[in-house]
Amino acid sequence: MSNTSTIDNQFLETELNVKAKRTETLFRILFMIMAGLLILPVLIILTTLVVKGGAMISWEFLFSNPTNGMTEGGIFPALLGTVWLVGVALVISVPVGVAAAVYLSEYAADNWFTRVINLAIINLAGVPSIVHALFGVGAFVLFFGFGTSILAASMTLAVMTMPVVIVATRESLQAVPHAFREACWNMGATRWQTIRRVILPNSVSGILTGVILEVSRTTGETAPIMFTGAAFFIPVLPQSVFDQTMALSLHLFVVSTQVPHVPEGLPYGVALVLISMVLLMNSASIALRMHLRGKKKW
Amino acid sequence: MVAASASGTRPESDLDSTSAAVMKAAIKLQVRDLAIRYGTTTAISGVNLEVRENEIFGIIGPANAGKTSFLKSLNRMNDFNSEMSVDGDIEFDGTNIRDVRNVYALRSRIGVVFPLPVGLPLTVFENVAFVPRLRGINDKAELDVIVERCLTRAALWDEVKDRLDSLGSLLSGGQQQRLTIARALSQEPELLMLDEFSIAVDPVTTMRIEDVLKELKHEMTIILVTNLVQQARRLADRTAFFLEGQCVEIGDTEDLFNGKVRDQRTTDYIEGRFG
Repeated sequence: MSNTSTIDNQFLETELNVKAKRTETLFRILFMIMAGLLILPVLIILTTLVVKGGAMISWEFLFSNPTNGMTEGGIFPALLGTVWLVGVALVISVPVGVAAAVYLSEYAADNWFTRVINLAIINLAGVPSIVHALFGVGAFVLFFGFGTSILAASMTLAVMTMPVVIVATRESLQAVPHAFREACWNMGATRWQTIRRVILPNSVSGILTGVILEVSRTTGETAPIMFTGAAFFIPVLPQSVFDQTMALSLHLFVVSTQVPHVPEGLPYGVALVLISMVLLMNSASIALRMHLRGKKKW
Repeated sequence: MVAASASGTRPESDLDSTSAAVMKAAIKLQVRDLAIRYGTTTAISGVNLEVRENEIFGIIGPANAGKTSFLKSLNRMNDFNSEMSVDGDIEFDGTNIRDVRNVYALRSRIGVVFPLPVGLPLTVFENVAFVPRLRGINDKAELDVIVERCLTRAALWDEVKDRLDSLGSLLSGGQQQRLTIARALSQEPELLMLDEFSIAVDPVTTMRIEDVLKELKHEMTIILVTNLVQQARRLADRTAFFLEGQCVEIGDTEDLFNGKVRDQRTTDYIEGRFG
């Protein structure tokens, strides 16, 4: 009997317990509010854009040229230009970035050379976009002689986004358990055979996810393209990668600050299209990731 | 026994074990002065042993004895680990493996089964067809034959024949372990190395695999690392006892278990007094 009562006593709340519980609740709520605050900017931005710019959106707005000194008409050249810029940037950065990541993750020994490459990647990721823009002017526009063109602008974007592609790829490669590699090597497979048959097929969706997120970031970049290939206003659509083009992000900057007598809704409409493109790609990336989790192979 | 077999009047049943031991069957693997280091830490040193053709060579010993490192050195997996350095000579079929230029060919002649089964994230079929495909066999009919044969020999065919297209990595632990054995068999290995294969396998499956191994030894040489001394006793023709990076004892398995040992620690370990 006395035994039972001692056990019961162990579960009585002491002063200290009560205090600990109160502090626990306080911090949980505090942290939750901070996390909840993150939703606010997204909500405010989206609501403002939809309310002020939603009325602008129409087929005509999306698929016709700007007219009357860019105060009227549509945004088609800018929309198409952004697709061009991002597309060409991808064609350059994905193969190079993925190959580099495969090397770093699967081949490279841990030596000074690898460490230098890793350091370069980290630093490249930290370079401000305006500095990338100046590098792009020096390297691609002038030195390689591409002129201000889609090619020069896209290469600038590619250099800028490369670190993210590399990091995303390396992470999805390393998410494939090491035991699979050892099993393959033990059977006499070379590193490349292992990568091609086991590692890449199981990380390709992860790589794609990273790439799509990357694309969405590129879409909004303004500084790297404004000196290298994006133009203020061009009435004709680009015919090749050596032409200049308009771009949504720069167009938004222009109609917001550079052109007089722009109707109030226009910049919001452009911003809404831009952010919709980004959100659309992010959703695709999330859908892909969910699909991928569903097919988990180990 | 020795006298009997030497005089040639031995009974038929003694053919396998005794004649191999006495008449010095062909040596598959000769290890001399093997030392393995990870950085400055010595994993094993001064190991000298030979593994004969068509025998099951057991290796027993407590954790950290260097058993797994020993296996890794045999198919030059140390190439993949810059920390791991191997000294001494390992001769496979009379060739020093250090001089082997096509190390992939060497590895593909040696099958390996790990403690935890590694079903590759491919279908059951593709798991077993992996090595044949690497060797350039892409004909479906030919692969079908190989896959069925290997799975049958690994005592898994009946359980998976209706779901060859499901993922190998999602089979149960015991099935995956037999899948890895089937995969190793698809290499048509001359040497099969099993590293504590029964750790993640239920006793019934363990027994089935043990029966498979007894059959397989007629076609290949088997090195069986195990921490179940009774498993070594059931399967191994000869057994080596590794302790703290040294090969303390090598002998006929029966001798070891009957107390005919050079080192008292062997008997202590076998009888469970430490380890």
